[in-house]
Amino acid sequence: MAMVESILKKYHSSKRDQLIPILQAIQEAQGFLSRESIIRVGEFLNLPVSKIYGVATFYNQFRFKAIGKYHVMICRGTACHVKGSKSILELLEENLQIKAGDTSRDGLFSIEVVACIGACGLAPVISINGEFHGHLTKEKLITLLDECRKNK
Amino acid sequence: MSSSIKKIPVEVSASFQEMFLKNSPLHTTEVELETLYKKYRREISDRDVIFLGAGTCGLAAGAGKTLKAIKKYLQDKALEDRVEVVEVGCIGACFAEPMVDIKLQGRRRLSFQQVTEEKVADILDALFTKNNIAPVLKHIFGQFEDEHALPWENLPSVSEHPFFKKQRRFVLDQCGVINPVSIEEYIAHGGYQAFLRTIHTITPSNICDMVEKSGLRGRGGGGFPTGKKWKLALANSADQKYIICNADEGDPGAFMDRAVIEGDPHKLLEGLLIGAYAIGASKAYIYIRAEYPLAVKNLTQAINDAKKYKLLGENIYGSGLDLDVIIKMGAGAFVCGEETALIHSIEGKRGMPRPRPPYPAASGLFKKPTIINNVETFANIPLIISRGHEFFSAIGTSNSKGTKVFALSGKIKRTGLVEIPMGTTLREIVFEIGGGIEHDYKFKAVQIGGPSGGCIPEEKLDIEIDYESLKAVGAMMGSGGLVVMDEHTCMVDVAKFFMDFIQRESCGKCIPCREGTKSMLEILKAITQNRKHEKENETLVRFQGIMNFERLAQVIKDTSLCGLGQTAPNPILSTLRWFRDEYEAHIYDRKCPAGACQELLSYSIDKEKCKGCTLCMKVCAVNAISGERKQAHSIDQEKCILCGACFRSCKFAAIKVS
Repeated sequence: MAMVESILKKYHSSKRDQLIPILQAIQEAQGFLSRESIIRVGEFLNLPVSKIYGVATFYNQFRFKAIGKYHVMICRGTACHVKGSKSILELLEENLQIKAGDTSRDGLFSIEVVACIGACGLAPVISINGEFHGHLTKEKLITLLDECRKNK
Repeated sequence: MSSSIKKIPVEVSASFQEMFLKNSPLHTTEVELETLYKKYRREISDRDVIFLGAGTCGLAAGAGKTLKAIKKYLQDKALEDRVEVVEVGCIGACFAEPMVDIKLQGRRRLSFQQVTEEKVADILDALFTKNNIAPVLKHIFGQFEDEHALPWENLPSVSEHPFFKKQRRFVLDQCGVINPVSIEEYIAHGGYQAFLRTIHTITPSNICDMVEKSGLRGRGGGGFPTGKKWKLALANSADQKYIICNADEGDPGAFMDRAVIEGDPHKLLEGLLIGAYAIGASKAYIYIRAEYPLAVKNLTQAINDAKKYKLLGENIYGSGLDLDVIIKMGAGAFVCGEETALIHSIEGKRGMPRPRPPYPAASGLFKKPTIINNVETFANIPLIISRGHEFFSAIGTSNSKGTKVFALSGKIKRTGLVEIPMGTTLREIVFEIGGGIEHDYKFKAVQIGGPSGGCIPEEKLDIEIDYESLKAVGAMMGSGGLVVMDEHTCMVDVAKFFMDFIQRESCGKCIPCREGTKSMLEILKAITQNRKHEKENETLVRFQGIMNFERLAQVIKDTSLCGLGQTAPNPILSTLRWFRDEYEAHIYDRKCPAGACQELLSYSIDKEKCKGCTLCMKVCAVNAISGERKQAHSIDQEKCILCGACFRSCKFAAIKVS
């Protein structure tokens, strides 16, 4: 919570248009939006918690669960779809034993499906902790995941 | 001019000199201008330069490792003082990434393709120590045209490469060529001259006139004339006006805005500044996707640099224009591409559209007049000012002027960003610039315009691209994603993919879009489902859905509130129009001709190839496979759940899919 306070200190005005940037800053810092942090933001902006949840659940970016040490984002854009990203996603879910949007029990991996990463020329693409990997094949994906497991 | 890959020497105007000298926070005397110039105009630089394409796509292809290898090489050979390494944006040739260009002093800039880390030492050896490029010829993409430098003999020119030959690059001309995070370099290449000229010599209403006469139309998809829109806002007298750049490139399959912001952020800023001056806005927002971290970083740097040069702030260069630019990060909602939804999002609310009128030009952000334009639209503005509206309107077709950037991807040999004059045919883009279909499979369709657009079949490839011609074939310009599909792509599956996307992204405000798109998806799911999985009255429901399919699409189109809903059925209507036979095969025969819909496949064992190893029997979860060891097996179609496990496990390719 000290982290939430330090973020809120940066926002002097407590106008409504600061809501999304504040939520983004909190998610950036703790990886997701916790219940407590949302209540605190509500106090700060003088907004009902329900309104904040209304906004936060509307946007795809906000998560309400902690992410794994390795956060895998898989692109499901048109180019990636045509190039077989669906089977990549299936393999990913099978290999990590979790569904898209979840975090594995050991906290090592989490999967997030994104609409488009914007690297369509290299489809299919995933990003692991912000690092992009293009022209993905099933073999390449398994090697990548194994590397993550090794470095845990 | 076939392509502006070659660099035209830029005249240094008096206003530019003045600006550089007076306002540069770093340099103040005339002598220094020349050295500065040498430093930032690398074609006349007195050092050797290595350019590395380090946009997001370059990094995904391994540019990060290449950079490390280059730095290590230079360190090992003690070449660090002689050679400068510059990270540039993406030149647009994604298929050739990671790209490294090397410019030896006095020689033309040489471009190398697919330079992964292991190739670095060979290439740098050839140029810097052995002075013999023969061993690395196979990695060379081409040389840049440059009148002032000695050409490399017998090497093709980059602008003659089939990927670049038909392009005319204005928006992308500096992407991948200059250092995107150096404002000095942008200025040294003629940047901000159009803006300075504008604020000192042209009135706001004349700017709006010029932009209107140029024929520039919104590049975000709608195609509304930009000049006309600006005039509406200019005519509105309010104490506060806003200008917003929509960089929330939500269309899956489009990435031109990312490339412009990563590779040439100052061009966007310059266009935005001119727009703000034209309508009298004192506050600008750039609404950018959070999924583009590198673009956000480069843009933030660009804004800070522009502030240092006093291009942003109060009373800019004595013109009386005040402007403050704020970056707003999008939070991942496709509907925020719609202008009223985007405004709500900036205000900190859910991104839901509202009925128009009033249009944002009358009442927009915080109820003040607001203009919203796309990144590519703004990036065209400096060109219109510096070369004149006649120059711009001479390019293109009768109702669509200028160039358009397309993001070419999918099953095509050369993927990347292409900027072509309006009026180019799709066939030229796919088969000449893109080099045709991967593995020489048969072309089936090209999807244009993202989830609001449509699929265009082979027989319509010869249409000349403009806003109207695309609408006539059931597609739309959209933001410019071009996804090429071959014979192995199922059009019903593509329609299902888009409908799945749209129904997830529907904001839920109006019923036709919220419920209609969901129903459309359910019908498509029923069409692509295996009969075995139909329970109770599902067969009847499937039939009922098919009967009402087209009508439902029409109702959604006619009654939705915003552009998202009104165009949501387009992917279905266009595929139904051009690929009806595929729908019929799914509906009547329950077969997928392209072999993409997994549920409609059937697995069988080739008796000739089967060795009887029993592996498939072991992996089958439902015991559908039977047979003796060392004898051909067979699959019980009634028991088979089509999981495909046997197909993946077979080491003799004996399992057939049909």
